[in-house]
Amino acid sequence: MNALEIVFTPYQTTPCLRPQFSNTETDQLSPRRQTHCSYKLVTVSAMEDAEEILLSDDQKIDIAKWFLLNSPPGEIQYVAKDLRSVLNDEDVYRRAASEAFPLYNKLQIICLQFPNRSGEVLVSSFSELSEDEYLDPRTAQVGKVDHVRQICTQMRPARDEELPSQYIEEYRCALDAEISKYVGEAYPKGVCSVYCTSGKDAEDCGSDFELVVVITATRHSPQNFCNGSWASIWNIEFKDELQTVEVRGKMQVTAHYFEEGNVQLDAKHECRDSTIFQSPDDSADSLMNIIRHHETEYLTSLQTSYSNLPDSTFKELRRKLPVTRTLFPWHNTLQFSLTRDLTKELGLEK
Amino acid sequence: MEAAMGLMRRMPPKHTDTALSALLSLLPDHSSDLLSQIDQPLQVLCDVDNAKEFILCEYNRDADSYRSPWSNKYHPPLEEGMHPSAELRKLEIEANEIFTVYRDQYYEGGISSVYLWEEDDNEGFVACFLIKKDGSKYAHGKRGYLHEGGWDAIHVIQVGPEAQGMAHYCLTSTIMLSLTTNGDTSGTFNLSGSIRRQVTPKDPQH
Repeated sequence: MNALEIVFTPYQTTPCLRPQFSNTETDQLSPRRQTHCSYKLVTVSAMEDAEEILLSDDQKIDIAKWFLLNSPPGEIQYVAKDLRSVLNDEDVYRRAASEAFPLYNKLQIICLQFPNRSGEVLVSSFSELSEDEYLDPRTAQVGKVDHVRQICTQMRPARDEELPSQYIEEYRCALDAEISKYVGEAYPKGVCSVYCTSGKDAEDCGSDFELVVVITATRHSPQNFCNGSWASIWNIEFKDELQTVEVRGKMQVTAHYFEEGNVQLDAKHECRDSTIFQSPDDSADSLMNIIRHHETEYLTSLQTSYSNLPDSTFKELRRKLPVTRTLFPWHNTLQFSLTRDLTKELGLEK
Repeated sequence: MEAAMGLMRRMPPKHTDTALSALLSLLPDHSSDLLSQIDQPLQVLCDVDNAKEFILCEYNRDADSYRSPWSNKYHPPLEEGMHPSAELRKLEIEANEIFTVYRDQYYEGGISSVYLWEEDDNEGFVACFLIKKDGSKYAHGKRGYLHEGGWDAIHVIQVGPEAQGMAHYCLTSTIMLSLTTNGDTSGTFNLSGSIRRQVTPKDPQH
């Protein structure tokens, strides 16, 4: 989501940053460093000259939403605090927050405890029943969520029409059990859920339906200045006529390190697989194996990417040592044939 | 301002430009503070006289023009632009030469620039060493690992004389890095960010 697109779409112009100089007095001290320039955001329209703009409330809201939505996992409350201070306008902040928090929570798939601690509910587009109600199929309960405070305030049992049919539930439940076992083994602190996103009222075989497996795990360590998250979403389509099951997986890993800096990792991967349509228990077993195989493979390739980083990937940007394999001799640079190598490298030869 | 810096520490580094524009529009009165404290990827201009590129930063800027370290002239041309003293300029030329070799040895490509100027308060001077490397497949990346990538380094050294021939150095280094690889098994892997460190050792004056 690009703030510039949102903020400046009404003007249909490209914003650009241009320095403009206000009047300054000449000084005894170095004039260059005393020159004050104020950079104002300037829009250049196709037809008119550059002109200054003052932000409307709607534009401020769009900008505020952009900041909130781009918060790293687990950091939206910190971002919100800083944003409120920068905005200095409670009304604008409240409006932006009410729109941005639900989107953020669903994107990050946050996990909230039920008020009576009977379980958890994942906030996602798959579990959404209404703007603030989310279903947990495992305990057949629905939680009411306060998005901005990121807590579950109330709960109630799910109604029959909100739950899948018995036929579908057999598949969903068997898969949920297998996935829960896998997540318990493979993830130090993972949560998962299985939802039926299509065909949930199918009464018997002969219909197609779709299940979605959601797995998330987060590690928040703000005192160590780092946070990270893993999210995988598996779309599973059961096709009755062909008696096949198509699997599409999407995995996303993010990490944020911010001690005296800001370094972020954003890695994504997609994959496909398939298996045959079987009984609920056998399907659950094959699907769990497919998911486990692909996730493990991705994790391994991530670890390989990381270990390749210092030796190969990074070398594209900067070598660890010059080709001489010794540290750069600052006191004796003449040992490098300056004229010959440099003229060649810098393309000065005409 | 502190809140604004807090936001910059959390926004994805690949969106630094957007975040900075947004902050500038929300806090127009703090624009000079924001621009001097928030690091942005380095821009480059071409010194046509010497057919070499040079890096742009606050330290070689005067009004809307930037001074090339190769020709010591402002682009676009500027009357009465700020120039370092003759002695400092000699040091600047030498520093650029050495740094070019350093850059070539470690970065195998890329662009470097060094700018020096006097600090009037204490008879010292400040030197700024800049490097910009585009490591993507389409630019200088020789090994083809990187789909996209860039390294921008800004090192600012304040040199101040102290008694008995000793000099006081203070080095602030900022590195901005971005790399993206794209593979079949690994998907898209994007790592980007910036770090800033400050060091103040005591050293005998050269």
